[in-house]
Amino acid sequence: MTQINSKIPEGPLADKWRNYKDHQKLVNPANKRRLDVIVVGTGLAGASAAASLAELGFNVLNFCIQDSPRRAHSIAAQGGINAAKNYQNDGDSVYRLFYDTIKGGDYRAREANVYRLAEVSNSIIDQCVAQGVPFAREYGGLLDNRSFGGAQVSRTFYARGQTGQQLLLGAYSALSRQIGLGRVKLYKRHEMLDVVTIEGRARGIIARDLVSGKLVRFAAHAVVVATGGYVNTFFLSTNAMGSNGSAAWQCYKKGAWFANPCYVQIHPTCIPVHGEFQSKLTLMSESLRNDGRIWVPKKLEDAAAIRSGQLKPTQIKEEDRDYYLERRYPAFGNLVPRDVASRAAKERCDAGYGVGSGLAVYLDFADAISRLGRKVVEERYGNLFQMYEKIVNDNPYETPMMIFPALHYSMGGLWVDYELMTSIPGLFAIGEANFSDHGANRLGASALMQGLADGYFVLPYTIQNYLADQIQVPRFKTDAPEFAACEKQISERIARLMSIKGKRSVDSLHKELGHIMWEHIGMARNADGLRKAIDMLKQLKSEFWSNVLIPGSGADLNVELEKALRLADFIEIGELMARDSLDRQESCGGHFREEYQTPEGEALRQDEKHSYVSCWEYNGDNEPLMLKESLDYEFIVRQQRNYKN
Amino acid sequence: MDKNINITLKVWRQKGPKAKGAFETYKLKNVSQSSSFLEMLDVLNEQLVSEGKEPVAFDHDCREGICGMCSLYINGHPHGPDTSVTTCQLHMRKFDDGAVITVEPWRSAGFPVIRDLMVDRYAFDKIIQAGGFVSVNTGGVPDANAIPIPKKNADLAMDAAACIGCGACVAACKNGSAMLFVSAKVSQLALLPQGQVEAARRAKAMVAKMDELGFGNCTNTRACEAQCPKEVSISNIARLNREYIVAKLKD
Repeated sequence: MTQINSKIPEGPLADKWRNYKDHQKLVNPANKRRLDVIVVGTGLAGASAAASLAELGFNVLNFCIQDSPRRAHSIAAQGGINAAKNYQNDGDSVYRLFYDTIKGGDYRAREANVYRLAEVSNSIIDQCVAQGVPFAREYGGLLDNRSFGGAQVSRTFYARGQTGQQLLLGAYSALSRQIGLGRVKLYKRHEMLDVVTIEGRARGIIARDLVSGKLVRFAAHAVVVATGGYVNTFFLSTNAMGSNGSAAWQCYKKGAWFANPCYVQIHPTCIPVHGEFQSKLTLMSESLRNDGRIWVPKKLEDAAAIRSGQLKPTQIKEEDRDYYLERRYPAFGNLVPRDVASRAAKERCDAGYGVGSGLAVYLDFADAISRLGRKVVEERYGNLFQMYEKIVNDNPYETPMMIFPALHYSMGGLWVDYELMTSIPGLFAIGEANFSDHGANRLGASALMQGLADGYFVLPYTIQNYLADQIQVPRFKTDAPEFAACEKQISERIARLMSIKGKRSVDSLHKELGHIMWEHIGMARNADGLRKAIDMLKQLKSEFWSNVLIPGSGADLNVELEKALRLADFIEIGELMARDSLDRQESCGGHFREEYQTPEGEALRQDEKHSYVSCWEYNGDNEPLMLKESLDYEFIVRQQRNYKN
Repeated sequence: MDKNINITLKVWRQKGPKAKGAFETYKLKNVSQSSSFLEMLDVLNEQLVSEGKEPVAFDHDCREGICGMCSLYINGHPHGPDTSVTTCQLHMRKFDDGAVITVEPWRSAGFPVIRDLMVDRYAFDKIIQAGGFVSVNTGGVPDANAIPIPKKNADLAMDAAACIGCGACVAACKNGSAMLFVSAKVSQLALLPQGQVEAARRAKAMVAKMDELGFGNCTNTRACEAQCPKEVSISNIARLNREYIVAKLKD
């Protein structure tokens, strides 16, 4: 196996991060002022990093595609954020959070990274409270917690059903303070289209001003990509309409490795698809599984009668309901991890027990309402119930919610070392954009934790170890030939897209991509389907490049062009996901190969052969190359994941 | 039960901030009532693109009512006729077959039009930059449970913090006042011990910035509260006024 240096510090697991910080290089205050850092993205990772770097004294250039940094999609995270505070005295610890995260990720994450994540988790809660984030509290005035999937302790901090919003607004307020002080220069409605490298190092970006349509060059000593994940490849997902994988993909095309693209998360509790005009899927927070019970009818005839409208769910007797998660996984019940819950829902629906259109199961609060009273349920989940009612036109206090799995999060992303640096020196990736901490499956309430850990407490340290060597490097001018060449390439790409003038809208092609992805690279994958998908994606790519229709001009505000540029990349990302899925001949976490399952239908890992991070290297028009970073577990013993007992 | 309806849209089209705008009329057939208002606009845009015409530009992103990016003044109401929702959560079942629907951008001096239905709300960010934060740097803060906060205050702070910064309050106001937006942030932070240290400075700085950016005075008509998709209460404006007067008296 290729030896990849991920720069894991020496020493016992619990000492690694402290050892690193004790010995890393730092930049003194006078030199910090002379160094520029580009941060692309203003979500939890991007905003927290931009604010923290500016507080330290670096000059920060910060970019977002929306009209304000507060719109980044982190805002939509609902349920909560994990931390190992053990405020509940229920046996939590840094080690236990580390262990749960590694196990939840099906033993496909780096031990050292995950331990560091668990270690800094507590500082995040302190930081957010100091910023004025209104977390939920008990009557005594102390912070409240709830449980999330894959854990047996209550370690999730929350702000009603809007935790992501409140944490992002906290980071946004810190960022706004730095913008007001002039230490961060914000470029809103700007989209990064490429990273510029000079002598092998990342030295800037080319962005498109989405209002004027002009391409603009920006130079810096380091570039940080915090642009989120790529699950909009599937067209329908819980991501925002503008969420895209293009910034990360362009880094890949410049030589940064793309790691584990096949690991995407399918969230079990989303509102089912309503029709062909559907533009996105709405998540119902995992926190609902604290009090909601998931079931389908036990009898096929009942399921059929419900689908045809002859029976209502409330008419199904208790003994005729199959609470299949409680049945299959008694120890964790409705709070099994997301990958397990999603597959179990698919299994029941495939077997004919689905309700609604046939692709839905019930999430029932009747028990919780009779146990706690409607008021308590309303206090905990009121905004989610309201959201459900507005979308579906059904009252979840009276009749169970219908839910179905949907694409939600990408664990894969740009490969980074322990310092969060990609394989291109000076190019960093943080938050969902990198691959690092969640292995093959992310636990609920861990995305917020990782985004903020990277931005507040990891990158501001590790980036200095790189920048300490850059203090002699003068500010770059954007008239360097590398910038000109990069900009020219992008102009040509845009001109080519505009000149196609075919017959198909961007959305129609994107929907077609989504169908291929869901059918063959979705919740269950197999070798034949994946090979077929690769062929279909190649055809779709040529259809796109010969038949897409983009009205308007390239040098103007042009939403269709923005979407087309992203779709061109999504199609290629889809192909790499298929390749990676084909290579990974095992089932683990969010990646389920039908050929590899236990007799009970659980994921069957192949640790002997596949205990590695797959790092894909761009190879022009040829097939990409794959390097492997071996995952050696020094501190914990890998097991078949068990949520049954 | 949801069905399919035919509608007529009157949509504001405007090439740029300085250009003269006008309403264009479009007819849409067989619109599913289960689809959201923005999905209906997607269908319109798909139709326009297929005719080689430029689609209607409008802001939107999360489509689940939380990012605050979507706007639209629909039949005279910010975020349309339904209550407590953003435009992206407004569904076509709120409209009848044959309905005529007028769609305009937010109209306010503080929010210039960029294109069609897209407006520039950067003024809101500038107000936050003036003081909508607690001045703490990353690291070196006390333990999260070091200061107990009465649940009631935490809950009231959360009610205020629910603001999504969409600008419906400004669009609803005859004076184009940003008082509800400003007061929500001032209240959230004034209710928490962490924010109280700078409460006076914050109230003055944010109000001064709001005035400077051309937002009008409060009309006391409560139109903002009625149209707020997150039901942010005007009791926050009362709290802002108290904070502001106390701050001024201290000067």
